[in-house]
Amino acid sequence: MPLPEAVRHAWYVARKDLRVEVRARTGILSALAFVILVLLAFNFSRDPTAVPAIDLAPSILWVTLTFASMLALNRAFQLELENQAFDGLLLAPISRTSIYLGKLIANLIFVATIELLGVPLLALFFNVRILPFLGPLVATIALATIGFVAVGTLFSAMTVRTRFAELLLPVLLLPFMIPPLMWAAWATGPLLAGRPLSDIVGWLKMLAAYDIVFVGVALVLFPATVNE
Amino acid sequence: MLRADGLRHAFGPVRALDDVSFAVQPGQTLAVFGPNGAGKTTLLKVLAGLIQPQGGRAHVEGGRRAIGWIGHQPQLYGQLTVTENLRFWASLYGTQPSSELLARLGLEEHAHRPVRALSRGLVQRVAIARALVHDPRVLLLDEPFTGLDRIAAEALSHLLGEHAATGRATVLVTHNVEEGTELATDVAFMRNGRFVHFAPRSGRDARDIAAEYRNAVA
Amino acid sequence: MKMIRVGRWITAIALVLLAGVYVRALVYTPVERSQGLAQKIFYLHVPAAIWAETAMVLVGLASIFYLFLKDPRLDRFAESSAEAGAVFAAVVLTTGPIWGKPIWGTWWSWDARLTLTLFLFLLYVGYLLLRGAVADPGARARYAAVLGICGMVLVPFVHLSVYMFRTLHPMPIVLKPSAPSLPPSMLATWLFSLLVFTLLYVGFVVQRYALSYLREQLEAATGGIGHA
Repeated sequence: MPLPEAVRHAWYVARKDLRVEVRARTGILSALAFVILVLLAFNFSRDPTAVPAIDLAPSILWVTLTFASMLALNRAFQLELENQAFDGLLLAPISRTSIYLGKLIANLIFVATIELLGVPLLALFFNVRILPFLGPLVATIALATIGFVAVGTLFSAMTVRTRFAELLLPVLLLPFMIPPLMWAAWATGPLLAGRPLSDIVGWLKMLAAYDIVFVGVALVLFPATVNE
Repeated sequence: MLRADGLRHAFGPVRALDDVSFAVQPGQTLAVFGPNGAGKTTLLKVLAGLIQPQGGRAHVEGGRRAIGWIGHQPQLYGQLTVTENLRFWASLYGTQPSSELLARLGLEEHAHRPVRALSRGLVQRVAIARALVHDPRVLLLDEPFTGLDRIAAEALSHLLGEHAATGRATVLVTHNVEEGTELATDVAFMRNGRFVHFAPRSGRDARDIAAEYRNAVA
Repeated sequence: MKMIRVGRWITAIALVLLAGVYVRALVYTPVERSQGLAQKIFYLHVPAAIWAETAMVLVGLASIFYLFLKDPRLDRFAESSAEAGAVFAAVVLTTGPIWGKPIWGTWWSWDARLTLTLFLFLLYVGYLLLRGAVADPGARARYAAVLGICGMVLVPFVHLSVYMFRTLHPMPIVLKPSAPSLPPSMLATWLFSLLVFTLLYVGFVVQRYALSYLREQLEAATGGIGHA
């Protein structure tokens, strides 16, 4: 069954973004370096005898992922700015929604790559068992990430041409990242401690609701950020 | 093929377009000459659908799919090769790049090199290829000859001639009267958002037009 | 300009009445049994918090209408409401700790209303920073509208988060809600204060709106030169 045109165009945009990213490589490497540094900072700044790693792990995980996502979000529209190609996208017979979806998909894949590398590192450094809980953990991370990235992609379209763009984006984004961050952290804690799934389903539902609402809002509002 | 009706648009107090109306038929090439700030780029952007005019309407037969744009920005991704760039842009128009396009612009041997590794002249030619990759029926050109090297400028003139000969429409804006005159079938002078002259070229050459332009705009 | 004068009168009256609220609260209203004299700040704190939140909802609504109607008056109103809201949020964030300290011995508690207002304050700051960072007036209005709508949509999620946070981590309630359990004299003072803060909001917004209008005219006349 042929995909609706909007999705196909979105995929072309996303594929192009990812191809550029793979060639450039600087983005993913910096993000990875950042994650390692943050994990090291957390590790050396805590007193291992006072606080067991399992208690801190959810907070460390989510702070790291939140900040890594924020760094990653600048790249989507920065790419177009650097290549001066954005008008081309607007001129093409594709909907603005496709542009947003394409950027969203590319951002999600980019952040997911960081998470795929960062979460095992966290498990390694802090000696936290994650394999028995892998399914629900991946679900939690995925849901929270969609929330961050949906709003972040929308905002980065606006901040990319301002001065201090790299500073303004986190400032705008933080209030929007804190609720999903909280719910995800509250889900991760009991999850890693081996509590039953029923304990955390409520948080997952909140994350899903947040995602649905904000992806919808972003889809509706994105054209306003690019149309003159 | 392309028409504008009473276009008005202002950026704050600056009137970029002040009641502009005209039509371009297939096979015609309209050259719009005007000083910087006259509203030429705004006019093109309205025609292309990038800006919604505050007043009036612009219509291009075939919509965005039929429009090709050559402007100041190359619209190319440095890390991707020439072919990858062309394939990407073509995919958004639902088509694929033809091999003869590369040949016509002398780009065949560079097809698999990343754009950032190319010289400026080559990049300009790739930009032209990109604009033509979906075989647009209407071309909108914003100072297209600026900074082109000789090979690229000749290739572009040649292509524009063919474009018109196959019954397509072109609108070319520039502040350099010498560049656009040969190709034009119709000429307009623009000042402060208005057309102060709009007529077929009728055999006038670059010098005639330049003289009239200086009178009209100075 | 007539509007500024009207705005100034409204604000002046409101400020005088505010002094009246002080007098009434301190002298004529009975002292609350459990919290003592410090409870009196509630008459300022709660109406300010109510208006901090209402201002955000109004920013959101004005933003929605702006995106449909493109009327610059809606944008000016949104900007004015955001500044007024930021002021009220700041009032809450300063009076809250002043109230909290004598009762609980700490300057800050994650009290529901205080936390929500902190979020609101951060949203306002982001909104005003974004407006300051965009030079083109058309883009500025559009971007601000997008952010305003997202902020308004976020508010219910923050309410939910705060509610859940406090359910998980029960904490002393610093703020007595405006429940009907208030004796008539206290209720009267509280309602009076709410009226005064409503007047203050109107006064601020009217003045700020007029200022926006004047500034736009100035920019148009001078071509926007010399404006930071």
